Amino acid sequence: MRCALWRRRAFAAAVLALATALLGAGPGEATELVVYSSRHYGNEAAFEAFKQKTGITLKILNASDAQLFERLKAEGDKTPADVLITVDAGNLWKAGTAGLLATVDSRELQTNIPTQLRDPENRWFGLTVRARTIMYSTKRVKPEELSTYAALGDPKWKGRLCLRSSSHVYNQSLLAAMIKRHGEAKAEEMVRAWVANQPILIDGDTKILEAVAAGQCDVAVTNHYYLARLLMKDPSFPVRPFWPDQQGTGVHVNISGAGVTAHSKHKTEAIRFIEFLSTPEAQAMFAKQSQEFPANPAVAPEPLLTQWGAFKMDDLNIAAAGEFQPAAIRLADRVGYK
Amino acid sequence: MEAPVATGVSARTRVARGPGPWLLTAAAVLAGMVVAVPILSVLLSLANPVHAVWAHLWRTQMVELLGNTLALMLGVGLGSLGLGVALAWLVVFFEFPGRRGFEWALVLPLALPAYVIGFVFLGIFEFAGPLQTALRQVAGPELRLPDLRSGWGVVVVMTLVLYPYVYTLARAAFLEQSPEAFESARSLGRSRARAFWDVSLPLARPAVVAGTTLACMEALADYGTVATFSYRTLTEAIYRVWHGMFDRLAATQLAVVLLGLSACLILLERSSRGRARFTQGRRPTHAPARMRLAGGRALAAAGGCAAVWILAFGLPVGQLLVWAVTVLRRDGLPRGFLPALGNSLGLAAMAAGLTLGVALVLAYALRLRPSRSVAALVRGASLGYALPGAVIAVGVLLPLSTLDHALAAAAERILGLDAGLLLTGTAGALLYAYLVRFLAVSLQAVEATLARIPRSFDEIARSLGAGAGRTLRAVHVPLIRRGLLAALLLVFVDVMKEMPATLLLRPLSLDTLAIAVYQRTAESLWEEAAVPALALVLAGLVPVVLLLRTTGGSNRPGLPAILPGGDPIP
Repeated sequence: MRCALWRRRAFAAAVLALATALLGAGPGEATELVVYSSRHYGNEAAFEAFKQKTGITLKILNASDAQLFERLKAEGDKTPADVLITVDAGNLWKAGTAGLLATVDSRELQTNIPTQLRDPENRWFGLTVRARTIMYSTKRVKPEELSTYAALGDPKWKGRLCLRSSSHVYNQSLLAAMIKRHGEAKAEEMVRAWVANQPILIDGDTKILEAVAAGQCDVAVTNHYYLARLLMKDPSFPVRPFWPDQQGTGVHVNISGAGVTAHSKHKTEAIRFIEFLSTPEAQAMFAKQSQEFPANPAVAPEPLLTQWGAFKMDDLNIAAAGEFQPAAIRLADRVGYK
Repeated sequence: MEAPVATGVSARTRVARGPGPWLLTAAAVLAGMVVAVPILSVLLSLANPVHAVWAHLWRTQMVELLGNTLALMLGVGLGSLGLGVALAWLVVFFEFPGRRGFEWALVLPLALPAYVIGFVFLGIFEFAGPLQTALRQVAGPELRLPDLRSGWGVVVVMTLVLYPYVYTLARAAFLEQSPEAFESARSLGRSRARAFWDVSLPLARPAVVAGTTLACMEALADYGTVATFSYRTLTEAIYRVWHGMFDRLAATQLAVVLLGLSACLILLERSSRGRARFTQGRRPTHAPARMRLAGGRALAAAGGCAAVWILAFGLPVGQLLVWAVTVLRRDGLPRGFLPALGNSLGLAAMAAGLTLGVALVLAYALRLRPSRSVAALVRGASLGYALPGAVIAVGVLLPLSTLDHALAAAAERILGLDAGLLLTGTAGALLYAYLVRFLAVSLQAVEATLARIPRSFDEIARSLGAGAGRTLRAVHVPLIRRGLLAALLLVFVDVMKEMPATLLLRPLSLDTLAIAVYQRTAESLWEEAAVPALALVLAGLVPVVLLLRTTGGSNRPGLPAILPGGDPIP
């Protein structure tokens, strides 16, 4: 009997000790923020600068968007995460609608980030912009031959088109935006025409660009910064971007962005972190390290990108990428775009 | 499966009386149930079928998905079976130049994750790769070779890293056979080939089938390779529905089809053993006499082994090495490399130990009390191997976090403290997922060796007064030591390579080598991925080489000397 009592006391003491240990990192003035991020590249400089400025260290958990979502959801109100960073608007939209992100009322974020690059309800904010555009071989294609995304369905591109699989979120977002802009029937017709051209499917934007350079195909659709990175290594790389739909809705863009988790215990610091990432200082670091376009219009893109000329971006609110993503996949399945 | 009726029954009644087996059975049932939870949670997802998604898939692609999945499984299964048995046959029964080297070198591809060999092969062989570029310079720019991004490409690449499952087990089985059987067949006038076909191969059947089953299940669960090759399988569709259509429930329901295929494989494996028993009472008195090959045949044997080894190991590792050196010269060792290496090794070691312990309990409980329900539990616990890591990870995450929230609520009520989550996001959760995913590997290896010990040994030990525990310690463990080590090392290597479950469940800031590979390949930084990938392979080589030593050195007899001779196979 006494033994049992002693055991119970020991157990309670152990639990208490553990709890206090855990509480050491609990509420109060945070010295550490936990960031769940699917963005693995080009963050170091900006993150380091934040640490220097505030003394707050960052603990990062990298995983894919869907996995971070499941983990946040399962952890619920006990999540250690303060900030969620993803590389695609669809996943931010999904986290927002699932109640995993807090509404952030920040004048600084609202001035720094244009309306179409953030959640209409201020749960997430774009940090960098990625243009998913047409790429062409400078050796075998003249830019005059190109016009719109839809025109890639022209029979003259038969066997000359490289695409990423529709299983990848970048193309799902592109299709989602097309559905939102043109309606499901029109979008389906456009993608059906692409498929009729028997596109070569390659997993990876860099690989697609290398295929264009090597002559496996002549035109393709990829994110712009993969080309920028290849051109930095080899300025003679024979591929250039074409900005489509300039008479119409403009180039499809996606974002990488961030939000504060709904159950963060350090909301003030988390907001401060995202605010910092939207400042010209951090935006310039992102732009330089990853060759993306800054979301903050006050910061100029890298010189390599400005060489490609100014262009019109689609000003559709990027939340559509998430909203229409399931429809985009069903569309791809219907027309046999794998 | 039954021994002659009289002894079988008496052995079982005796077994049932002792307290040992009762406890063991209870432990086995408990362990089996814990392992079954994530698998059950996958099954239970069927309770609310997502009709819209199923209907959509049926209309658009289900036939293709099933066809591709079956083709992949059959292709990899047959490929691994053929390659594994043929190579094991060559190195065990023949002597040719380089044989000793090939004998161990041919196991090495086991250390290569399929997703790594996948992206390395594409890098070398794709249109824009160095090989085709060079060929086009010779043969003109219009040259078009068949595209590796296709069904056959995936099958070839996966077979190259999965055949070692069959090879290792088949080779060990050939070595442990009494040469007398083969020699009797020869003296009765069978040719070498016929003797192998009629005697050696049937005796090795459990090992060969076990290895093939593992290769098939691994192929079913694979996501990394099929995604790299844009080859649509059920596993790929699971990810597409989950990540793209934001429908985890429907994705989990798709995984039930994989469970079904996995169950078919296991049933097939069981029924292939049929009523035959594969025990061997006599230890091999001498090593099999290898036939010395000469001239063209020696060249063909050595050339065949060399070709497989170069394709499956030399070439991909060489390419990784070239990339790694380029990156190391430019950037130095990547940040966090050493902790990642340590984490990989530590997690793999812990998971291997845990998995072996559970496998031993289950296999031994089944041996002592081969009842239908225990058997069903053990088979059910093996199903996880064919599930994609991410599906298992969610199957672990959901029940665990539910438990966690209940615990936290209780702690808050009783102690008035916010204890946070104690299970979710810990190494424990990760080990649990590894256990569910890789138990089948351990079980296969343990059971395959345990099955070769005649049941009469148990009966003799028990009739001499040894309890179940003592029988295990004094009789079985020494006999199956090699099998246990094999189980340990196979799981170790598998855990090192595991990526999706690790991604989802790992503690904050705990990175492994596989995670480091993922972080780079997700950004198309193939060369940068080479450093952690190479480290993954090299660290995996150590257990692979150990595995080889434990599963029989060339001339060591298969069973230790304490075995009495002359026990007839019941």
